Amino acid sequence: MWVWVALLILTVITVSAVLVDLKNFIVFAALFIATIKATIVAVYFMHLKFESKIISIMLILTMVVFITFILLTFVDYSYR
Amino acid sequence: MTLHRDDEASKMGMWIFLFTELLLFGGLFLVYSIYRHKNPDPFAHAGSELDVFIGTINTIALITSSLTVALSITAIQKNKPKLAIGFLWLTIVFALVFMVNKYFEWGAKFEHGLFPGQEHFMSIDKGEQLFFFLYFFMTGLHGLHVVVGSILLGFVIMRIRQKRVTHDNFVFHENGGLYWHLVDLIWIYLFPLFYLIK
Repeated sequence: MWVWVALLILTVITVSAVLVDLKNFIVFAALFIATIKATIVAVYFMHLKFESKIISIMLILTMVVFITFILLTFVDYSYR
Repeated sequence: MTLHRDDEASKMGMWIFLFTELLLFGGLFLVYSIYRHKNPDPFAHAGSELDVFIGTINTIALITSSLTVALSITAIQKNKPKLAIGFLWLTIVFALVFMVNKYFEWGAKFEHGLFPGQEHFMSIDKGEQLFFFLYFFMTGLHGLHVVVGSILLGFVIMRIRQKRVTHDNFVFHENGGLYWHLVDLIWIYLFPLFYLIK
């Protein structure tokens, strides 16, 4: 239950953070909060905490692959 | 003789499928971030046309539905099938709330002529066009996942009724739940990227 409360509080923070208008910083702030929320959902709702480690490792590997794609594409676009 | 069962392998299989889903949406997020990087102002302007209020309501609906799915799994583990079915119905109700909101939201966009191909759409800035292409495609694909997820949860309810999902055999229920949480996870990123960042 507290997991749900935490997720709601984080949602309120994201929405209000946007109203404050932090310009360029906002993208990173919003993605950072979204990542915290996603981690909470994965660890508690999706029971990663109670599963064998191998699934967590696979998930992290998937995210590493995805982040690598993003970084490589941005490097490509930035130096054209 | 009982049938051989490997719950851990079943769940791992489900997770591997979820990874392919993550990378499917990941590719779209990549397209979004590159185009946002190239057209910062049109994206910000187009983003401000979305309704933050409806978006927030939908975020709360999905987060709460994620909670009810998790609660229904706990209920089946404790051998309370009726309670589990109740929580699953509640989840489907939240999914309906989400889709009804989406209907009104998309309906308003159609009225404003912002759907790709409409007259007004053809006259707006190229960057804003890109934003609405991505908006309709990504929220549309996500909405499709919401529908599929609800149907899957309907099957879970059916199997609990038939006693094929029980307190000592609930891996099907868990996998249905995992799919539902994935739908929530994707929305957690879609919401700030489309509605909030200006």
